[in-house]
Amino acid sequence: MTRAEVKQAVVDALLGVVPEARPAEIDPTAPLRDQVDIDSMDFINFIVALDEALGVDVPESEYGRLSTLGACVDYLAERLGVPATSA
Amino acid sequence: MPSLGADMVAGTLTEWYKHPGDAIHRGDIIAAVDTDKGSIDVEVFDDGVLDQIVVQEGQKVPVGTLLALIRSPGAAPSAPVTTPVPMPAAARAEATTAAAPAPPLHPEAPGTRLRVSPLARRLAAERGVDLATIRGSGEGGTILREDIEAAASAGDRPARMRRAIAAAMTRSKREIPHFYLTSTVDFGPASVWLARWNGERKPAERMLPAVLLLKATALALLEFSELNARWEDDRVQPAEAIHLGVATSLRGGGLVVPALHHVNRKTLPPLMEELRDLVQRARSGTLRSSDLTDGTITVTSLGERSADMVLGVIYPPQTAIVGFGAVVERPWVVGGAVVPRPVITVSLAADHRASDGHRGAAFLATIERLLQAPEEL
Repeated sequence: MTRAEVKQAVVDALLGVVPEARPAEIDPTAPLRDQVDIDSMDFINFIVALDEALGVDVPESEYGRLSTLGACVDYLAERLGVPATSA
Repeated sequence: MPSLGADMVAGTLTEWYKHPGDAIHRGDIIAAVDTDKGSIDVEVFDDGVLDQIVVQEGQKVPVGTLLALIRSPGAAPSAPVTTPVPMPAAARAEATTAAAPAPPLHPEAPGTRLRVSPLARRLAAERGVDLATIRGSGEGGTILREDIEAAASAGDRPARMRRAIAAAMTRSKREIPHFYLTSTVDFGPASVWLARWNGERKPAERMLPAVLLLKATALALLEFSELNARWEDDRVQPAEAIHLGVATSLRGGGLVVPALHHVNRKTLPPLMEELRDLVQRARSGTLRSSDLTDGTITVTSLGERSADMVLGVIYPPQTAIVGFGAVVERPWVVGGAVVPRPVITVSLAADHRASDGHRGAAFLATIERLLQAPEEL
């Protein structure tokens, strides 16, 4: 799996929870909650979707590491062992 | 025409899914109505045969109007009813429905020529409707005048919902003598218990603090029936069950208050599942009208947005609304020592005709006591 594929999986999971979101307009360095108006119920659904899509069980204690789109990709890539330089 | 709440006065019958002579069964969706709160499907709670349709597609009628007649299996057809008539209040109270999403919009593929009737095209221009976002209901997908009118109506929905909320809240503040109480309670035991629960489970089985708060509220209400009630006919009328209306914000603006049913009787995991389903359906426009009519008290939480406290406005004819602020770390005295502790401010806005401050304070104290033993919720 590549970083691009991880990012696509994150975007797909997000769109599954917030269909109105416009991924192209999301700043990968800014908090997701502020940009796509998600609450804790949406966030837990997002975590569930990531688990189903990538098989990564994000512990509750690490939710804080998924605050931005970029941080999500970084965290999941790390958990999946995806090289930082992969396309 | 079922009522979806104190703020709904009329609805437009948009489609019949069943036709005279069709057998119907409890739970069937037989029609769709358009309301200020979205498109709602009408469901039935009896078996029988659809005898006759009284309100035709496209007609807007007041709440309580007879939509159709259903006869028992084997019964003779009834005399024709040609003019929509209001239902008696008692029958109206039993009317129930369900909600469905607005039809999905499918933009035409690039390069595909849209089929649009001349009248629809002119109407779209007049009302500012983008034809590319409309799925035509005519032959071969042709966009008709009705499709444009429906789209324009949906476009007005945020403003209509705002007006509906305004009407209900204005009525509440005009008619209901509110009193307010707050109590900041220790959420430490609940946080510890929840962290342990969630730490041992997969994401799909984890719970939110809201579930504990809802269950504690429902259990507390068992001792305070005047807060789980309606104020009607100059007296408090306690509800027979505890159905918590959960104030749910919508991303396009506005809010709905669908109900979680029999919360006091359920364990936490199924409650979490039901809450998840309810919020998802509220935001996708697929609520059933029974979701919107059954609430016996409202619960609202603005902790998500870091508000410390919320003082709500009662949704008439209910007699109370419970509010929860954010769970925040605060200095707290435990065993004579000041320690950091997660706390939450619980509020009650209650109808002073139905209850008083002494009872309200006892209710908040009961919620606090219940939250200290989350394993028993």
